Amino acid sequence: MAQRKSLNVNGKAVRITIDDPDMPLLYALRDNLALHSPRFGCGLAQCGACTVHVDGKAVRSCVTPLSSLTAQQKVVTLEGLGTPQRLHPVQRAFIEEQAVQCGYCINGMIMESAAFLAKTKKPTEAQVKDALANNLCRCGTHARIVKAVMRAAGA
Amino acid sequence: MTIHASRRDVLKGGGALVVSFSLAGAPGETFAQGAKPLALTEVDSFLAIDAGGVVTLYSGKVDLGTGVATALPQMVADELDVPLNRVKLVEGDTALTPDQGPTWGSLSIQIGGMQLRNAAATAKAALLEEAAKRLGAKQGELKVVDGVVSAGNKRVSYGELIGGKSFALKLDHTKPAAGKDPKDYKLVGKPVPRVDIPDKVTGRFAYMQDFRVAGMLHGRVVRPPAIGATLESVDEASIKDVAGVVKVVRQGNFLGVVAQSEWGAIKAAEKLKASWSKSQTLPDAAKLWDEVRATKVVKDEVTMSVGNTAEAMGQAGAKTLKATYDFAIHTHGSIGPSCAVAEFKDGRLTSWSASQATHNLRKQLATMFGIPADNLRCIYIEGSGCYGRNGHEDAAADAALLAKAVERPVRVQWSRADEHGWDPKGPPTLVDLRAAVDGAGTVTAWESEFFIPQQTAGSFNVPLIAATLAGMPAGDDIAPGNIFQNSAIPYKFANVKTVCRRLATTPLRPSWIRTPGRMQNTYANECFIDELAAAANADPVEFRLKYLDPNDKRGIEVLNRAAALAKWDKRPSPKRDQRGDVVTGRGVAYCKYELARTYIAAVAEVEVKRSSGDIRVTKFYLAHDCGQIINPDGLRNQLEGNVIQTISRTLIEELKYDRSAVTSLDWESYPILRFPQIPELVYDLIDRPNERPWGAGEPAAAVVPSAISNAVFDAIGVRLRSVPFRPDKVTAAMKGAA
Repeated sequence: MAQRKSLNVNGKAVRITIDDPDMPLLYALRDNLALHSPRFGCGLAQCGACTVHVDGKAVRSCVTPLSSLTAQQKVVTLEGLGTPQRLHPVQRAFIEEQAVQCGYCINGMIMESAAFLAKTKKPTEAQVKDALANNLCRCGTHARIVKAVMRAAGA
Repeated sequence: MTIHASRRDVLKGGGALVVSFSLAGAPGETFAQGAKPLALTEVDSFLAIDAGGVVTLYSGKVDLGTGVATALPQMVADELDVPLNRVKLVEGDTALTPDQGPTWGSLSIQIGGMQLRNAAATAKAALLEEAAKRLGAKQGELKVVDGVVSAGNKRVSYGELIGGKSFALKLDHTKPAAGKDPKDYKLVGKPVPRVDIPDKVTGRFAYMQDFRVAGMLHGRVVRPPAIGATLESVDEASIKDVAGVVKVVRQGNFLGVVAQSEWGAIKAAEKLKASWSKSQTLPDAAKLWDEVRATKVVKDEVTMSVGNTAEAMGQAGAKTLKATYDFAIHTHGSIGPSCAVAEFKDGRLTSWSASQATHNLRKQLATMFGIPADNLRCIYIEGSGCYGRNGHEDAAADAALLAKAVERPVRVQWSRADEHGWDPKGPPTLVDLRAAVDGAGTVTAWESEFFIPQQTAGSFNVPLIAATLAGMPAGDDIAPGNIFQNSAIPYKFANVKTVCRRLATTPLRPSWIRTPGRMQNTYANECFIDELAAAANADPVEFRLKYLDPNDKRGIEVLNRAAALAKWDKRPSPKRDQRGDVVTGRGVAYCKYELARTYIAAVAEVEVKRSSGDIRVTKFYLAHDCGQIINPDGLRNQLEGNVIQTISRTLIEELKYDRSAVTSLDWESYPILRFPQIPELVYDLIDRPNERPWGAGEPAAAVVPSAISNAVFDAIGVRLRSVPFRPDKVTAAMKGAA
C-alpha cells in the first residue's frame, strides 16, 4: 500500500512515497531520492558501504528501516557532508592522500571516519584502525585510508 | 545518468567523426555498431580531436578501479602535448572502442596504453606535417604547447588542423611510431592525481550500480539452492502481497522476478516459494585435495624442460627433497555485488555492465540469444572493484533475459549471497615439487607438477549462469585463464621439468582472479626454493642469487634492492634461539612475471604467536621494476592493493561449500582482512624511463604468499604449505614438527 514518509535528508525536509514502511533507508536514499553515495554492499550491516549519519551517528542504512526514523532526525549522506566546492576535511584528506582505488567502499570509510573524528579529536593510528575495523575494503586501500583519516584529524 | 550525459557531451564535442552517435538514445534509432572505425590498425579507432581541440580517447581497456582512466590519458596527453584536462576517455563500448582484449593480465598500460600511445604519436606526426605546410615552416622549427603548433610567431591549433575530420591513418603496433623521447615527457612519470577521486569522495561518481534508463524495471534472480538442481514448481501466489511485482520469469531452471521498485524486487525474490530437486554434485570439502588428485588428467603440458631430471634424481649421492603445496578456492569478493542493465528492443540488445570484457560479452550474449553480434551493443560502466572475471557478465545475462521477458529495460542487482555464491571461483591448486641436491650442496634437478583445471583451447568464455540455467546456448568451456604461467622457474638448475597436469574438471565454475596461476605457482616455487636454501643451510637471498641467470640483470637488481630495502639480515633460516610466545621472522620471495616482464621481490616480516598460531604480517617490503613508470602514485596505490589483498587471501580466505552449493555467502562466512591487521608497507619503485612499460596490477601479488610462508618458517622453523595459513593449521604444523 503506497504511503507517504517524511524525512530530513542533507538539511532538507523531503516526502517520499513508499510501499513498505520497513523498507531500509538505503533504498529510499538511492531509489527515491537518487543519491548515489550510500552504496549497497551486503544488506547485512557487515561491510559499511551504505553508511550514513543519523543525528551525527554513523549508521548502516541497509538495515535501518524507515519506520525507525522520524521526520526530525537528521540524515546526512556523503553528498551532504561536503561538496566539491566545500569539502569536508575528511573528503579533502582522502583527495590529498589519493586514498581511493575503486572507491565503492569509500562512502563508508569517510562517513564512519567523520563521525569518529567528531568525538575523537587526536586519535592514534591504532584507534583509527579500530574505528574502521567493521568497514571492509577489497581493493586494499587500507593504508592510504588510515593516512587520510590521520591527516584529517591533524587538520 | 551522470555518466550517460557526460559521455554524450563528450561525443557531441567529438567532431564529425562521432557526432552522429548518441549513447543515450534509443538503440533502435541510433544503433552505432559498425559505424565508427574499431580496427586496431586505424588511428581513428583510438582517438578523435574536435574543433575545440578536445581529444577523445577510445579505449577497449577499462578502469576497474586501478587508475588507468588517469594513466591512459596521461600517456596520450603527453604524446600529443595537450593538457590532461583536454583529454576525454570513452571506455569499453563495443560500438565505439576497439577490441584491445579484456582488461586482464596487467596489460592495460603495457598493451592498451602502448596502442593508444602509438595512435597518438602517429596522429601527432601527421598533425606536425600538416602544420609545417600551413605555417610554411620546416618540421624542426615547430613547437607544440597545449595543442597549439607554432613556428616563430605563426601558430595553428590541433583543432584547426583536424577538428571534425578523420585522420585516416594506418597503425602497425609491431612497428610503433617513434613518438617522444622519454626525456621530454612532461606528464609521464609524474604522480598526476587521479581524475575520478574528487567525484568518488563526494558521492558524485556514478557507478554501474547507479545507472538508470527511462522506463526501467528492477530484477532479481532466484538461484537454485543446489548447483544442478531442477526447478520443479513455482508458487506465484507466495508473493501476491508484494507491491509492484511485474512478472515472475521462469525459463528452464532460471528463475527471476521483475518489479517496479528495487525493494519490491528484493522482497519478491526473498518470498517467492519455489521447489527444486535435490542435487549433490560437489565433492566432500574435507577431501578436496584427494578429489583434485583423483581427477582425470586430460593433458600434461610441459612448461619447462632442461636436461634430464629423472637421471639427475637417480644419481648416486643425490639427496632428494619433496613437498606438496596447496592453495584454497577463492572468491572475487567485490564490495559491490554485480549489477547490469539491459534493454531488448526490435531484436536488438543493449547491455550496460561493469564487464572487463565487453567485446567478449557481446559475442557470448549473441550466442545465448541467437542474434547476430551486430544487433548487440555492450557498454562498460565502472562498477565496484573488479579483480578478474567475477559476476558482471552473469548479471548482464540475467538482465538481458529478464528484459527480453518483460519487453522493458531491466536492472539486475545481485545480492551479497548471489555474488559470494555464484560468481566464478579461483580454482583449487595443488602442486608437487621434488628436487635433488648433490654432495656439494648444488641443486641438480627440479621437478614440479601443477594439478590445475584445463583451459578450453582458444576460449576465455566462462559460461553464463542464466544461459546454463535457462537451457540456452551457453557452451561448456572451462576457462580458469592462463593459470600455467609461472609454473616454469627463473632459476638455472642443470635439470628442470615443470608440468601442468590439466584436470578435466574442478568443483566450482572457475575463472581468473587477480594474478591467476601466477600467484599459486609462484607461491609453491618460492616456498620450495626456500626449503632448498634451508636444507643447504644457506641464506635465502644468496641462494636465489646463486641460481638466477647472471645475464638477467634487472632480476638480480630487484632482488638485491628488496634485500637492501628491508636491511636483510643475512643468515640461513630458521632464526635461532627465539624465546617467548611471540616470535618473529623474515622471508623473501622473487618473481619475474610470466618469466617475461615485471620483476618483483618482496621481504615479509611476521610475528607468530606460538600458543595460538596467529600470524601477523608487521612489515612488507617490495622492490618493483615494471619498466617505464607512467604514474608513480598510481603504481604505489596498485602495489598497496596487491599486497594487502593478497595478505588477506593468504592468511584468511577459503571458500566453504557443502555437497550442494557454496556456503560462504557473506562476509562472516568468508572473512577478509580488516584494518587492524594491515602491515606497514615499504616500497622501492625502480623507474626505467627508457624501457617499455609493463603491467603492475597483478605481479606484486605473486610474491606475497611465499614471502609470508618463508617468514613464518624463519620464525618458527615450520613450513606452511597450505593456503590459507589459518591459526589451526599453524599449530597443527608445529605439533607435527615437534
